[in-house]
Amino acid sequence: MADTQFLPYGAPDHPSVKKVDLKNLKPYGDAMNDGRAEVSFTLPVNPSPEAEEAAREIMRKMGFHDIKVVAMERPSEGFSFFVCYGAMDHSVDFTKIHVLKVETEFKDFYTINEIIKKEIGRKIIIVGATTGFDAHTVGIDAIFNMKGYKGDYGLERYTGFDARNLGAQVLNEELMDYAVKENADAILVSQIVDEKDCHIDNLKQLMALAEKRGMRDRFIFVCGGPRLNHPIAVECGLDAGFGPGTLPSHVASYVLDEMLRRKKARK
Amino acid sequence: MKLALDRKKIADCRKIAVKISKDVRKMIDRHSTVAQERSCVRLMGIDGAYFNPGIKQHYPLANVIVDQLQEDDALENGVSFWMANACLQKQMSPVEIAAEIVRANGEFRLSKLKLAKPALIEKKANALAKEGLGQLVRKRQERNKLIKGLTDPQDPTFKKPPLKYVIVASGNIFEDVVQARSAAQAGADVIAVIRSTAQSLLDYMPHGATTEGFGGTYATQENFRIMRKALDEESKNLGRYVRLTNYSSGLCMPEIATVAAQERLDFLLCDSLYGILFRDINMKRTFIDQHFSRLVCALSEIYINTGEDNYLTTADAIENGHQVLSSQFINERFALDANMKSEFMGLGHAMEMNPWHPDVILLEIARAQMTRDIFPKAPLKYMPPTRHMEGDIFFSHVYDGIFNLVSVLTGQGIHLLGMPTEAIHTPLLGDRFMALKSTNYIFGGAEHLGEEIIYKKNGKIEKWSQKVLDDSLKLLRAIDKVGIFKAIEQKCFAEVSRRLEGGKGFKGVFERGEGYLNPFLDQLEGKKYG
Repeated sequence: MADTQFLPYGAPDHPSVKKVDLKNLKPYGDAMNDGRAEVSFTLPVNPSPEAEEAAREIMRKMGFHDIKVVAMERPSEGFSFFVCYGAMDHSVDFTKIHVLKVETEFKDFYTINEIIKKEIGRKIIIVGATTGFDAHTVGIDAIFNMKGYKGDYGLERYTGFDARNLGAQVLNEELMDYAVKENADAILVSQIVDEKDCHIDNLKQLMALAEKRGMRDRFIFVCGGPRLNHPIAVECGLDAGFGPGTLPSHVASYVLDEMLRRKKARK
Repeated sequence: MKLALDRKKIADCRKIAVKISKDVRKMIDRHSTVAQERSCVRLMGIDGAYFNPGIKQHYPLANVIVDQLQEDDALENGVSFWMANACLQKQMSPVEIAAEIVRANGEFRLSKLKLAKPALIEKKANALAKEGLGQLVRKRQERNKLIKGLTDPQDPTFKKPPLKYVIVASGNIFEDVVQARSAAQAGADVIAVIRSTAQSLLDYMPHGATTEGFGGTYATQENFRIMRKALDEESKNLGRYVRLTNYSSGLCMPEIATVAAQERLDFLLCDSLYGILFRDINMKRTFIDQHFSRLVCALSEIYINTGEDNYLTTADAIENGHQVLSSQFINERFALDANMKSEFMGLGHAMEMNPWHPDVILLEIARAQMTRDIFPKAPLKYMPPTRHMEGDIFFSHVYDGIFNLVSVLTGQGIHLLGMPTEAIHTPLLGDRFMALKSTNYIFGGAEHLGEEIIYKKNGKIEKWSQKVLDDSLKLLRAIDKVGIFKAIEQKCFAEVSRRLEGGKGFKGVFERGEGYLNPFLDQLEGKKYG
């Protein structure tokens, strides 16, 4: 078991320097373990000493002490806008935290193409779309478009992938039909809009459709979007999910690894 | 003009835009769409709907009437022809005819009625159009009168800071009212009610006041009325006129323009290409529908806002800035063809350049100033970044602040305020307040900065703007060479390809028959409405 208490990076070894305590992890504000953080919210009452006290009380209930209400402004009749600082009472045990993660080692563009050529021996067919009524293509485009995102080439640029971006507002049925017709290996779904959890419903509906058609294991199902992550994806029945900041090579690495895993399992 | 831009090149761009628009105009003049016909029905005062158990929603009478004519293969004459004839035969008003159609449940067919003499039908149809369009004129006069009694933050010379435009998007029109009034008090000049994400692909307008939506609130006539009424009250409270905007886009583009005009909205998003590129709506449908929509806007003095901000969310912004300018020339041309004056063209732009690119703020200033110089009378709509917003609200707030500064510095007409919480959720009331407060500071503190600034001859800013203009001229020439229909297929904009007969809503496009009658269109085109 690794040490759960250690000096912060670069700290001189002096008795006044407090250690990072993984068993009792707290925000670092101005000093180790001070727990200080900023919080901002609006209350539907006009500013007043009572409103300020209410804000302080809300902070207390959130688990803060040493509370300062540093701004109380009136955006408009009947509202007050607050900025508060406080020190957090709570801490978390970092050693007990377990996160469901996409099990893959991220590789670069060239390596991925190389492995596909050697191990798969043909192009991996990926179809992608923003599904349902969601009209936002920014996510799916960032992953697919030749040019890519943040200097990371998009799937269309890979020699190892035959990547087809169907665009936005594609129905789950259409996407599935297309994947079957084109004999795809993987299906990528982007969901941006999350109003009333429609992104979750949409993903669940896709997987229900896959089950119904007996195609759950025929494709690798991947989703992505600003309000998505791997645990949510798994809960909806997909194989993997990616959140904000995902690069095309992340998705490419995962799809390749999963292809290889499945190939191995079949042997 | 502040930048040394070649006037001849600008004039050439406009000349090419005229050429490009001619093919489109020929196509428009031979066709109509179900949405254009439904707009005429709405202009006859038919705004009702009946509950359709099939879709578990209200279905508009405008659709019922146009659907019936389409089923009976009679639409090529135009809905005005059949409605005018029905009014004559039955001695009823259009609203009574509509009620009769619903009551008879499919038994009463407009195209099966005996026909009156063509001259009489035409006379009746003309009278209906005159009345319907006259109502829009009265609404326009009502707005002008209201503004006269208040302070108008809009300055046609762009010496005053841009109008501050914010969005509300709760999904519930009544909640939207609370947020809109709050925003107005905090300094907002324009309220945009963001539409539910599904609506652009509905081929009918939802009906009544709505309290649920996805990422926004449905555009309905009742919702328009509720919000405009609330903003009228708030305008009077504040002594300052607060404008309202919505989206004349999607499959119901011209109907939304019509209803917005009837309910006295002030601005409308209305783009000649946006639906084609970003919603995969059929090209013909969009070109026909945008023309009618803009004719209505021209009559009602509704400012249009174009959607060029969207181009660079998909294409690279540093390489493709000229696509925005080229599209603005095309949008300007189509608007002029629909009787719009430059003073009502809120041509849109937002550059979405990578914020970590060296000198990116200079490039931003170059493009904003260039757009101002090229379209001196247009109330340009300048939009904040969205593509590079990633959730770090502290960075985003600063990023938006820089856009605010560029906007006031270059004399933009309308400024869509960036929200620190862009890409996270629709703005919380406090987010909107933060954005308005910082904008009030920057617009106030730099109100006259533009008048003090002279750009360096052959400096980075000037050279960049010249390059964008050169590239635009090249792109427009390339579009002209193959024609716009083919050019869009070849991805001339936003790296998107669309086909002339592909996309959504193509079934709603039809060729006008020899007997096609549309006095609404004729009067709007000929400005004969009073």
